[in-house]
Amino acid sequence: MKIVVLMKQVPNKDAVLRVRGDGKWVEEGDLSFEVNESDGYALEEALRLKEKKGGGEVVVVTLGPQRAKSVIKDALARGADRAVHVVTEEFGQAGPFAAAKVLAEAVRGESPDLVLAGLQSDDHGYGQTGVIAAELLGLPHATIVIEVDWSGEQLRVKRELESGWYQWYTMQTPALLTIQSGISQIRYATLKGIMAAKKKEIREVQPAVAPGESEFQTVERVYLPLKQKQTQFLGDGDAKKGAAQLAEKLRNEARVI
Amino acid sequence: MSNGILVFIEHRQGAINKVSYEAVAAAQELGAGTGQEVTAVVLGADATFANEVTGFKLAGVLSAENPKLADYTPDAYADAFEQVVKQRDPAFVIFPHTYLVRDFAPKLAARFGKGLVSDCIRMKAEGGGVVFTRRLFQGKMDADVTARGEGTVFATFQSGAYRGDQAERGEGAQVESVQVEVGEVRMQPEAPFQEVKAAVDLTKTEIIVAIGRGIKSQENIALAQKLAELLGGDIAASRPICDAGWLPIDRQIGSSGQTVAPKLYIALGISGAIQHLVGMKNAGTIVAVNKDPEAPIFDIADYGIVGDLFEVVPTLTEEIQKLKG
Repeated sequence: MKIVVLMKQVPNKDAVLRVRGDGKWVEEGDLSFEVNESDGYALEEALRLKEKKGGGEVVVVTLGPQRAKSVIKDALARGADRAVHVVTEEFGQAGPFAAAKVLAEAVRGESPDLVLAGLQSDDHGYGQTGVIAAELLGLPHATIVIEVDWSGEQLRVKRELESGWYQWYTMQTPALLTIQSGISQIRYATLKGIMAAKKKEIREVQPAVAPGESEFQTVERVYLPLKQKQTQFLGDGDAKKGAAQLAEKLRNEARVI
Repeated sequence: MSNGILVFIEHRQGAINKVSYEAVAAAQELGAGTGQEVTAVVLGADATFANEVTGFKLAGVLSAENPKLADYTPDAYADAFEQVVKQRDPAFVIFPHTYLVRDFAPKLAARFGKGLVSDCIRMKAEGGGVVFTRRLFQGKMDADVTARGEGTVFATFQSGAYRGDQAERGEGAQVESVQVEVGEVRMQPEAPFQEVKAAVDLTKTEIIVAIGRGIKSQENIALAQKLAELLGGDIAASRPICDAGWLPIDRQIGSSGQTVAPKLYIALGISGAIQHLVGMKNAGTIVAVNKDPEAPIFDIADYGIVGDLFEVVPTLTEEIQKLKG
């Protein structure tokens, strides 16, 4: 059994973002990066499935620049068996179709039994790359999966619907699933795992198509969101003063307490 | 040349998802801006749901029918909608950005060599072109996006971007039923269900104190709990808190939890990812306390305090106690 996990590197959640000089993206020079949150859960699910099956291989596939190696190395330390790194310095702003096309080409040769991806990225937030990759690979898919049951012959997945509803699907395999954040506790890399990772293979490949060639949406301008409300900021940096002002305003201005 | 606008009407669990009406409003605005007609598309085993949307101002309602469309699956929906798009060759297909749409629309667009312009919050039609605006970095940045190249543009709009009650009514659109082919469906859905009947109905609560990642540990929730009790309100949370098991899932606000509109919503240590905001942005008065002055939650807050919630909350509790005498 072989499971491929698509993992992406994104700017740190707490990063303070500034618009780049050309106005088309954010300044990346001074950012720190981390694994996309839901991709981390996708990896964890893959590792658990392998353990339950008592064997198999977990292969990480990442599209990104050299700095994305930190995501790959961390995944190998947690227990992935090897990795394919599609190296490009230019895919930062790739749209979902272009990214999915490149990833699908990298996955195709692996002939996996299952492909897992996070449900969306924390930077672009398209929420499409996994689904498009499934279509390009000719695989059935399920999105926003919160439980995977592959104990028997058949693959059963529990999908999250909206407003507290859920649904089970029985899927043909091979299949692609996009995994929701928070569905399990993510393991830490052990010292042994970190040592073992050093011997694991990271194969570098070039993207099968050039960025932009297969994309149809262009980011023209990136900017801080227009404020929807005029926020009154209270306390001027003094949290306690702000709290006192807030109590007064909630009572006398908003009249809600 | 591609012409006309299709708008997708979603139904699930036996009813039309009302977010579809917001998509109708978006499509109508796009139609007015680009001089094109809007046709609604409903997929199903029969025309039951198509007959429910004839009251809008539309060029028509297309009911694409096949017995395999009785229960939603991405395979059947993509097959059916692909034929509609091929037959109509529209300039735009507009969807509400729901979980169901997220599941099949990227697959549909991929068949035309495209992705979706997804989760848009507004648009501007000018000079024949359309500029879509979507959120990046979980709401921290906005991006203006244009579509280029030939053929159909597929776009989804975030819940709340348009108002469903502002979708224009019409004289009675005609329903056109067409039989569509659906190939092999490679997944078998079971009946949708609710995990537990939500024990807590936050939609009726007037005051909500909600916590996010900034609360740091389960023990600290008592601090927010005390404030909520003092105000006669309820405690709620953003997704990470419920994922961690610190509060039960029926306390979760946002797209996968409850949607609320209380008189007062106090967000403590919540950055304000889109998925949370859609669940609470219609609250009367919104208070945000966060260390990060750039947190998106401040975009929709009436009152904001940039600072440590562990300093703010005890003082706030104390001051409110004083006011309440």
